[in-house]
Amino acid sequence: MSKLVSSIKEAITQMGLRDGMTISFHHHLRNGDFVLNMVMDAIAEMGIRDLTVNASSIFDVHEPLIGHIQNGVVTGLECNYMGGKVGRAICEGLMEKPVIFRTHGGRPSDMEKGTSHIDVAFIAAPTADPMGNCTGKYGKSACGSMGYAFADAMNADKVVVITDNLVPYPLVDYSISEIYVDAVVEVEQIGNPAGIVSGTTKITRDPVGLKMADYAARVIDASGLLKDGFSFQTGAGGATLAAAKYIKDIMLQKNIKGSYGMGGITAYMVDMLQAGCFEALLDVQCFDLDAVESIRTNPKHMEVTATHYAGVSGKSAGVDNLDVVLLGATQVDVDFNVNVHTDSNGYIMGGSGGHSDTAAGAKLAIIIAPLTRARLPLVVDHCLCTSTPGSTIDVVVTQRGIAVNTKYGKNQELKEKLLAARLPVCEIEDLKRMAEELAGVPKATAPQGRVVAQVLYRDGTLLDTIKAVK
Amino acid sequence: MKITTSAVAGTLESSDVYVKAEPCGTLEIEIESVVSAQFGDQIRQTVQDVLSSLGVDSGRISLNDKGAIDCVIRARVETAVRRAGGEN
Repeated sequence: MSKLVSSIKEAITQMGLRDGMTISFHHHLRNGDFVLNMVMDAIAEMGIRDLTVNASSIFDVHEPLIGHIQNGVVTGLECNYMGGKVGRAICEGLMEKPVIFRTHGGRPSDMEKGTSHIDVAFIAAPTADPMGNCTGKYGKSACGSMGYAFADAMNADKVVVITDNLVPYPLVDYSISEIYVDAVVEVEQIGNPAGIVSGTTKITRDPVGLKMADYAARVIDASGLLKDGFSFQTGAGGATLAAAKYIKDIMLQKNIKGSYGMGGITAYMVDMLQAGCFEALLDVQCFDLDAVESIRTNPKHMEVTATHYAGVSGKSAGVDNLDVVLLGATQVDVDFNVNVHTDSNGYIMGGSGGHSDTAAGAKLAIIIAPLTRARLPLVVDHCLCTSTPGSTIDVVVTQRGIAVNTKYGKNQELKEKLLAARLPVCEIEDLKRMAEELAGVPKATAPQGRVVAQVLYRDGTLLDTIKAVK
Repeated sequence: MKITTSAVAGTLESSDVYVKAEPCGTLEIEIESVVSAQFGDQIRQTVQDVLSSLGVDSGRISLNDKGAIDCVIRARVETAVRRAGGEN
C-alpha cells in the first residue's frame, strides 16, 4: 500500500474537495512557505470556488490570496495572525465575510470541540514517508517543531501531506503519525529556507530596548517568582530577547534551576536550556536554526502540540503552569487591554498568536514596549482592538516607567515588591501623560467602516471586532 | 530669509523627518507623514511657525515624516531652510 499521489491536483481530486468547503494550513514555514500558494493556485485552476481558508497564520508571502479572494475562489479566512499585506487589503474591504481571528490555543481547541470543522488539511512536511508519517526536524526545508499542525491532522476529514524530502517507510522520528494521513504528495520545494528560519535573531542594541529589558528582568526578579522551578515564555523581539539574557544572568548568578521554557523557541532559549536554567523546552514552533538543531538532537527539547501548548480543550496545557510571560503590544489602554492585531491607524498587521493564551495562564504577564513609537503613544484611552483582556495583564514595562495593574483587585502585593526594589512604578495614566508631554496629544482616529474581522477569545467567545479603514 | 538654493536636512529613520527646501515663487508646504491622521494639523502648524519666525515667505518645503516629535520637526525645518538660504 502507498498513499503517494502524483500531484497536488490529483490529491485535491481524490480528497473530494468541492465548492464551499474549508481547508487548512499551518505556518511553520512562516514567510518562506510555498505550500499555501501552490495549493491555492491548483484549486483555482481546477475551478473550485467559495472556499474558507483556515491557516494558523498568514504571512506577506501569502499575498496571492488577495487574488483568490477577488476571484471568488476564497470567500472566508480564519487565522491566528495576519501579516500587513493581506491585512491592509482586508481592512480596505477586500472580502464580504469577516475574517475570524483565533488564538494559538483557541484554534486547535475549536477544532477539537467541533466548532471549527476542517474538510481537507494540507500539511507542509519537511520530511515524510510514503504513508504520511512526517516531521519538521529533518530535510532541506527543516522547520523544527510542527506543533500547530497536529490539530489539523487529527481533526480534518481528509489530510494531505506535502513534502520535498520523501524518505523510505518507516520514518522513525516522526511527529505526525500516518494514522491521520490520507495522501502524500512529493514536490520539488515546499519553501524557501531563508524565510522559514532566520539566522540568530539579534539582541537589541537600542538603548531604549535595553532599558526596558533591564526593567523587565528586575520586575521578574523582584516578583519572587524567579526561583527553582521557574517557568518562562518570551517572544522573539529584540527587547524581549535582551530581557531573557538578563534573566539568564540572574539565574546563573543565583544558581536558580528553572523548570521549563516555552513558546516559539529561539537560540536564546536553547542557550538557557544548555546552561542549565531550564529542565526542558516545550516547543510549538522554532524561530531559528539553533532551535531546529536543538529539537532534533536534545531530548529535553520537546515538541508540543498547540493544544498542549495553549489550548482550552485539553485537561491542562503548558500555559496553565507558566510563571512569567513577556509580551509585546502595539497599544495598551488605561484598563490594560492590549492590541496586537492592528496598527494605530486600524490596519491589521498581526494577531493574538499565543498572546492572550499565555497572558491568561501565566502568574505574571508582562507587556514590554516603548512609551512611544514614531510619535504615537503606547498607552491610549481605548485600544482600536482588544486582543488580550486587561484583566489578564499584570505589568506594563516602558523605558520611562512601570505600571502595575491593580485595577482588577489584584497585584497590590506585587506593586509593593516593585516599589521596595526601587523600580520606577507609576500608574498607567502616567505613562499616557508622559508620552503626550513628549510627543503631543494625537487626534483620536478610529476606523468607522463595516466589520471586516472578528476576534475570538481562546474559549471561542467574541472578544472584539475590527472595522474597515475608510 | 530667502531660499536661494536646494537643501535638505534629516533622515528617513523612524522618529525623524526628512525636509527638503527649494526655491519657488510662492510658498508651498508639502507634508507626507506616517502619523498624518493623528498629527497632520499639528505638523503643518509647526512648519508654518518655523517659516514665519525665519521670515520665509517663498519656497517649496517638503517633509517626509516618519513620526518625529515637534522639537525634531522644528530643528530639521530650520536647518533645511538655513542651508537653502546660504548658511552652512
